[in-house]
Amino acid sequence: MAAPLAGPEIERLINILAKLPGLGPRSARRAALAMIKRREQMLAPLAAALEDVMRTVRTCTTCGILDSSDPCSICSDPKRNQRLLCVVADVADVWALERAGVFRGRYHVLGGTLSVLDGRGPDQLNLATLPARVRDQKVEEVVLALSATVEGQTTAHYVTDTLGQTAIQITKLAQGLPVGGELDYLDEGTLAAAFGARRPF
Amino acid sequence: MEWLQDGIVLTVRPLGEGSVILDALTRDHGRHLGVVRGGGSRRMAGVLESGNLVRLTWRARLAEQLGSYQAEPNQARTAAIFHDRIKLASIVSLCALVPAITPERHAYPRLFDALDALTDAASDMTTLEVAAAVVRFELLLLEELGFGLDLRECTATGILQDLAFVSPKSGRAVSLSAGAPYRERLLRLPAFLTDANVPVSVACVADGLALTGFFLDRQLLSPHQKALPAARLRLSEMVAAGLGSD
Repeated sequence: MAAPLAGPEIERLINILAKLPGLGPRSARRAALAMIKRREQMLAPLAAALEDVMRTVRTCTTCGILDSSDPCSICSDPKRNQRLLCVVADVADVWALERAGVFRGRYHVLGGTLSVLDGRGPDQLNLATLPARVRDQKVEEVVLALSATVEGQTTAHYVTDTLGQTAIQITKLAQGLPVGGELDYLDEGTLAAAFGARRPF
Repeated sequence: MEWLQDGIVLTVRPLGEGSVILDALTRDHGRHLGVVRGGGSRRMAGVLESGNLVRLTWRARLAEQLGSYQAEPNQARTAAIFHDRIKLASIVSLCALVPAITPERHAYPRLFDALDALTDAASDMTTLEVAAAVVRFELLLLEELGFGLDLRECTATGILQDLAFVSPKSGRAVSLSAGAPYRERLLRLPAFLTDANVPVSVACVADGLALTGFFLDRQLLSPHQKALPAARLRLSEMVAAGLGSD
């Protein structure tokens, strides 16, 4: 076994950083070194930011979004259309939709998708409160913004079944050609979905 | 060691950040695992979906090693049935059931052919036909693993007609008249399993799933402290609740 490169504190930092997505041991060492070299500009602000996040960020009990307030800024925004509810798998999906600025309703974060392999069933998802939320907030349309994967679509069907008793419109995002996509580079599944969802021009 | 073969994607589990371990059903090598480097990429995500047919090249230094796969898209089949809840649940159920039951690296050509035909034709079949095909596939699964049901004649009287039940003890058919006094203890045998000309109904498919589910659980899963996969249970619930597709 190789001897530690630095003191135990630095080794601990590197080990923690190496567990982050996108970082391995080598890049974690580079990141740790960069922070230590720029202690005042990088390390101190990062430590303060991490502490703030640790102290303030919580999961919104209404929708499941991460925010420093509960209810979150989206749930408490009166300008948002509360009759429109977008069901997503993860907080990252909310951030993607907010970046695009295409949706002005509210969200419901499931916290994942149904997965046979991961043993994630309906009980592990934030589904129990959804029918009541739809009913209480008089939601008129639920948009299923779930991935075009087997797990995503299985979850979409399950959510539809869960909301089956409520007389609301349930829609899902279209599947087909991506913006800037060239036909000869697309996979068969996307092409098949695009053909299936063609519309008058 | 190297071989090239078509395989049906059963399950994919992440390995590290960019790779996956692919569990695929092949004709000559049975259910076979391998590492797909870069299998976690966006380009491969649509290819390595349960039920898709992929062209696999497997390589390893020794035959007993996990080895690595090079996977190329052959037919993207599952995306075409995303819109149909029962069809999707059927394929997901089978792709969860096969790994739970079949041993690795044991060839079952008939199972591969049946699953290949079903995943290929699912988008063109009706929802009811796909659900009925699941029942037939599960019967084949039982047969291939040595626990086939004997549905040819009544185990009590030997008659070939009016077979309406299956004995949970012997797995053999029982006629309507012979089984009537014991109907509470017998499993219902849907007519479409004994006569290909009988039209399939939702109730028949639900009976079929209950029948195969019982024997899959008792003969192949319970002895190994396993249970029917959640996806299979959900398929039964969906069929029992009606077959309306979205």
